[in-house]
Amino acid sequence: MNRSVEDSIRRHQFQCDEDDAPGSARNFVEKRNYLRHLSARQEKAKKDQGVKLLSARQEQFCGLTVGASRVCSRSSKLSLEVLMRRVLVPTFTFLIGLLMWSADASAFCGFYVAKADTKLFNKASEVAIVRHEDKTVITMANDFKGDVKEFAMVVPVPTVLKKEQIHIGDTAVLKHLADYSAPRLVEYFDQNPCLRYGLMEDRLGAEKSMAPASPEATRERDRALGVTIEAQYTVGEYDILILSAKESAGLETWLTENGYRIPNGASSVLHSYLKQGMKFFVAKVNLTEQGKLGFSHIRPLQIAFESPKFMLPIRLGTVNADGAQELFIYFLTKQGRVETTNYRTVRLPEAQEIPLYVKDKFGDFYRDMFAQQVKRESERGVFLEYAWDMNWCDPCAANPLSAEELRSLGVFWQEPTGRMGKMTPMAQNVFLTRLHVRYDATHFPEDLMFQETSDRSNFQARYILRHAWTGTDECPAATAYRQHLRERYEKEAQTLANLTGWSITDIRQKMQVAGDWFPVREKKWYEKLWND
Amino acid sequence: MGQTNAEAQPDQAGSRLDPRLYQIASLSALLLFGLLWLNFEVSGWQIAVTMGTALLTQYAGARLYNLPSFDPRSPLISSLSLCLLLRTNDLPVAALASFIAIGSKFVIRWKDKHIFNPTNLALVVVLASSLGWISPGQWGQVAWFGFLIACLGSLVVTRAARADVTLAFLVSYVGLLFARALWLGDPLTIPFHQIESGALLIFAFFMISDPKTTPDSRTGRIVFALIVALAALYVQFGFFKPNGPLWGLIACSPLVPLIDRLSPGLRYDWSKPSIGKSSVMNPVFGSPVHVLTKEVI
Repeated sequence: MNRSVEDSIRRHQFQCDEDDAPGSARNFVEKRNYLRHLSARQEKAKKDQGVKLLSARQEQFCGLTVGASRVCSRSSKLSLEVLMRRVLVPTFTFLIGLLMWSADASAFCGFYVAKADTKLFNKASEVAIVRHEDKTVITMANDFKGDVKEFAMVVPVPTVLKKEQIHIGDTAVLKHLADYSAPRLVEYFDQNPCLRYGLMEDRLGAEKSMAPASPEATRERDRALGVTIEAQYTVGEYDILILSAKESAGLETWLTENGYRIPNGASSVLHSYLKQGMKFFVAKVNLTEQGKLGFSHIRPLQIAFESPKFMLPIRLGTVNADGAQELFIYFLTKQGRVETTNYRTVRLPEAQEIPLYVKDKFGDFYRDMFAQQVKRESERGVFLEYAWDMNWCDPCAANPLSAEELRSLGVFWQEPTGRMGKMTPMAQNVFLTRLHVRYDATHFPEDLMFQETSDRSNFQARYILRHAWTGTDECPAATAYRQHLRERYEKEAQTLANLTGWSITDIRQKMQVAGDWFPVREKKWYEKLWND
Repeated sequence: MGQTNAEAQPDQAGSRLDPRLYQIASLSALLLFGLLWLNFEVSGWQIAVTMGTALLTQYAGARLYNLPSFDPRSPLISSLSLCLLLRTNDLPVAALASFIAIGSKFVIRWKDKHIFNPTNLALVVVLASSLGWISPGQWGQVAWFGFLIACLGSLVVTRAARADVTLAFLVSYVGLLFARALWLGDPLTIPFHQIESGALLIFAFFMISDPKTTPDSRTGRIVFALIVALAALYVQFGFFKPNGPLWGLIACSPLVPLIDRLSPGLRYDWSKPSIGKSSVMNPVFGSPVHVLTKEVI
């Protein structure tokens, strides 16, 4: 790698350590001003990176997906991952390097190499919640793999929704949001230890930067069952009903008679929601409309409503679930980070140095690390994976969402500032929180309740690869560096074992194959005594 | 100031019995547990600033109001509670909360008794102004931990001889949660999950139990606890806001003078834990009320 690029990375390594200190105050105004002056070259690079977004791949929704046949497309996912690793990542890496080379002031918290996709998890659903005061917009993403005729969704909602309150979202925007907030892998390159003093001076001159922000009988029957169709709409390819009911048995019978397959055990949950004054939002795909529109996939549904209830109903989703389900929730708020009030919100371990070979299996690392954390929290934890001001990112797993994209997700307080490509459409006052939860009825008996805090401190699940310096220079510092390297490799191996639950022996073996680890013989006590 | 002898040396008769020492020990243990095992997001600086401000405010107040002595126990309890519950990224907010808590004891008074629980008031002010937040879910739902707090708390309450208000609150609050679940047809795992909250137990054992801001008579305290439980549940399921008990207590605190008027009892003295029954009045209580009040602060 070019020397100046290396220097730039080095500088930012230090910068990043400072910026990531918990509670450290960031000067957002300064950053915003800086962003407004981004060069056209960076804008272009941003677009280049955007092209590399992968298509969304989600299964099941947190409400109730009725009659969903879950087809596992693991092999195709894997091939996509391989493609990403072998082609996209190096290309992306090269582009970043090029960007740094051409724009000297640009730099970030390590050299971004990979992100962990939400599609790594089976039975995962994604929900974006935009909320300010009581105004809420929920986007529910689904990657239903079976016959669309079979697709149906039942979601409890606090109010009867008008047609204007229902909208079809854009899968790509949600995918962009997932990529932007994904756990990320970065790498650093150690410098020649003989030049350390020079480095310390460089640090003083280091500049802050960030990537840009980026019919009558029927009615009679309904009445007999105590079910009222409050409203009926066709929105896009969906036929939507808003139902209210007097009692759950009637509602269950109605749903069954109307072709919705309701799992056993749903009745008591429906009963509870009805008692709480909730209505039911029921959606089916209208095949005629879908044919006209020409979409083959299930697009996300969006609902906008006003309610003091800041919650996500997950109970229906747990009724027929075999095993735990995965849920990613993205909150876009004005004030700050969102957390659960009835479950413990835990930060994923971050900024950990892990062995270099993980670069090729970051997906596996993230999945196993997450499973390990779930276990540690007795399967009752909700995990914070990302909390960041939507104006920027550092490093960027994807560019920040544009004002238009945010508006499409429901950020109503954000006026579009200009057309993409002309002006820099800056997102103002949008704070993103990404929560990841693995839930089942046993450990998550209650719906998820949330609160918005005033915490605007940044958090990201970032993992570090540190490349050793392989130069041949000789100096006392280089000797000490080489000695220290053994301990560092061992520490990395232990960190990885601790985070993922992988066998330490396997890790050491793999590191040894990669040449990143060699056995360390523990010194006898007397060998350490006189240090001769 | 001859009468001040009783409170100038309040520990003579009961230094071993002062429930506040148990409270300080319990709260400190909880804070340590939270920091070491639950990774509470509270920095050493925040703890230092919270405690420092509380002690300074108490000292200033003692001087300003000519109190015979500076007693660090009450401000320590208030600041430890703040450290356990309040979350903020700004140290001035931590200091402000501490100042409000201790300052309110001197300023907001009715018939020589402070109206609001100091920690409760500070938390509510910070929450209402969006300067900080409380993470009610930070404790997790590990049952044994709940038991631990309950045991530690019971100890404190027993020493404070005011277990009635805690029990009355818990019985009514928990009872109503179960009643709600039964009405909704929910599985009982839901109310169990709702009560397996460290925050609720801290509130019940360390906040509402404050003998200085609860009614003097036992009847009054039980009525008060019931009203607070109803208010807490209304905040939770009517307004859909978290931290229901905190809001419930702050809303009901102004009722205490009224309850005291309707059902008078004996004013509490930290050095002589009592349940407030006149019949068991210790001769020491014969001393004028204002004397005891000074010690109270």
